[in-house]
Amino acid sequence: MRFINIKAVFGKQIKETLKNKEVLVQFLMFPLLTVIMENMIHIEGMPEHYFTGMFSSMYVGMAPLVAMVSILAEEKEKGTLRVLLTADVKAAEYLTGVGSYVWAACMLGSLVFMATGGYKGTEALFFLAVMGIGIFISLVFGAAIGVACRNQMAATAVSVPVMLVLSFLPMLSSFNKTLEKMAKFVYTQQVSLLVNPAADKLIDMGNIGIILINIFIVTAFFGYAYQKSAFD
Amino acid sequence: MGIKMGTAIELMDIRHRFAGKVSGGLEENEVLRGINLKVYSGEIFGLLGPSGAGKTTLIKIMTGRLKPSGGRVFLNGKEPGVSAKRAPYARAGRESGKRIGMMMDDFGLYDRLSCVDNLVLFADIYGVGKKRVDEVLEGVGLKDAKKRPAADLSKGMKIRLCFARAIMAAPELLFLDEPATGLDPRTAAEIHRLIRKEKERGTTVFLTTHNMEEAAKLCDHVALLNEGNIVEYGEPEEICRRYNHQHKIRIRFYNGECEELGSGAGEADRIAEYFRRGLVETIHSTEPDLETVFMELTGRRLL
Repeated sequence: MRFINIKAVFGKQIKETLKNKEVLVQFLMFPLLTVIMENMIHIEGMPEHYFTGMFSSMYVGMAPLVAMVSILAEEKEKGTLRVLLTADVKAAEYLTGVGSYVWAACMLGSLVFMATGGYKGTEALFFLAVMGIGIFISLVFGAAIGVACRNQMAATAVSVPVMLVLSFLPMLSSFNKTLEKMAKFVYTQQVSLLVNPAADKLIDMGNIGIILINIFIVTAFFGYAYQKSAFD
Repeated sequence: MGIKMGTAIELMDIRHRFAGKVSGGLEENEVLRGINLKVYSGEIFGLLGPSGAGKTTLIKIMTGRLKPSGGRVFLNGKEPGVSAKRAPYARAGRESGKRIGMMMDDFGLYDRLSCVDNLVLFADIYGVGKKRVDEVLEGVGLKDAKKRPAADLSKGMKIRLCFARAIMAAPELLFLDEPATGLDPRTAAEIHRLIRKEKERGTTVFLTTHNMEEAAKLCDHVALLNEGNIVEYGEPEEICRRYNHQHKIRIRFYNGECEELGSGAGEADRIAEYFRRGLVETIHSTEPDLETVFMELTGRRLL
C-alpha cells in the first residue's frame, strides 16, 4: 500500500465532506444534540449524563455506518471510484483512506461526548478506546454494505434498517428484558454498557468476546461482499 | 504520417463474449471476434465504428477494466494482468516509468469539488506537484474557472477537465473514449486541438469515435470496427483512395451545372478547355470519405 494514495483520498474526503451536508450532519448531529440536551434538560431522578450515554452508543451505530455507505455508494454510482482505481489507487488504499477519515471524524465527535460526560484521566481513555472500537466495527459494516450495493438507492434501502436496529437497540433494550437478552450480543449494546456513565463498568471476558465475535462477523461480511462485488 | 515507429499497443486475437438473459436461459453474445491491431508510438489512432460495434468494450479491455474472453494485450511491450479491483496497467506503467491516461465516456468528476480540487487529488496520487495542476488547467483553458465546482461546468468544460485529469501525469499512452461526441463544433475543435497538442508532446493517443470527419481530421491510422471485426485498417486518406473505384473528376461550373469526367489522359484537354474558358467554379476528385467506405464494406452507416 502507498501512503501517498491513502493521504490523497483522506484529503479529498475532508474537502468533499465539508461540502456534503448529508454526510456532515451524520458527524455533527448527535454530539450537538448531546451538548444541547445535557445543558437544557434536567429531570429529577434522571441519571447523571444520561444523554451522553444514550447518544454516544447511538452515534456508534449510526454515524460511521451511514457515512461509509453514502460515500462508497456515491463514488460507485458517479464513476469517481472507477477513475481512482484506474489511476493507480488500489481498492485497499481507497478503503483505508476513506475509512480512516470516517474513523477520525467520528473520534472528534467522541471527544465531544467525552467532554459532556465529564470523563477524565483513565476513564476518558477507556471511553475513547471503547468508542474507537465500536466506530471501527460500524465503518467496516458500512463499507461492506457500500461495496455490496450497486447504487445509492440500494445502499440506502439496506443501510437505513440496519442503522436503526444498531443505534436504537441499546435504548429500546432498557425498556424490555427479553430484548435486552438478545441485544447484549450486538456490539452497540456492548458499547452502550461500557461507555454509559450511569452503568457499572464491569468489563469481563464476555464483553470482550462479544465484541471480538462482532468484529469477526462484520469483517467476514465485508470480505464476502468485496469478493462478490465488482468494485468499480 | 507514414513513418512507423515502435509499437505502443498490440492486440493479439482479442475476443470477448457477454452473457445475456433471454427467455429460457442465457445467450452468449460475441462482441469482439479476434481483434489484431498495432498502434505505433506517437501516433493518433482512431477506432471507428457505429454504436454497439464493440469500441468501448475494446478500450475497457486495453485499460484493464475488463478481462477478455481470449487474446493478449501488450502496452508498451508489457502484458499486464487484468483486475477490476486494481489498476494493473497503471501499475505496470509506473514500474516502467511510463504512464497511461484515460478519459472514458462518463466523467467521473467530484461534483462538489472545484476544478482545481478535482485535479489536486490526482496530482497527489501521481506525485506531480501542484504547479502541474495550474499548467494543465491553463492548457485546457479552464484557468478562469478553476474555483468553480465541477457540477456548475458545461459539458464541454467537463470534458476539458477530464482531459486535464487524463494528461496530468504526462502519459505516454492516452485512451479517449468518444472525446468529442455531443459537443458543438467549436468545443469539439478545441478538444481536437488539445489532442493534437498531446501528440506533439509525443503521446500515443488511442481514441474511439463514430464521427468519420473527426477520425479523418485527427488520426494517423484508423481501423473500422463492425460487429466485433476490424473490416479495414490504414491511413484515412489511403483508405479513401483505395476505395476510389470511379476515379472521376467532378467539375462544378459557374452556371450551377456539374459534370463528372474520367481521370484518364483523354479527358485532360477537355478539362483544360473549361479552365481556359473560365467556366470552372470548383474541381474535385471523387474518392469516397470514410463513411462511404464503411457503408460499402458493411452495408450500414457509422451512426
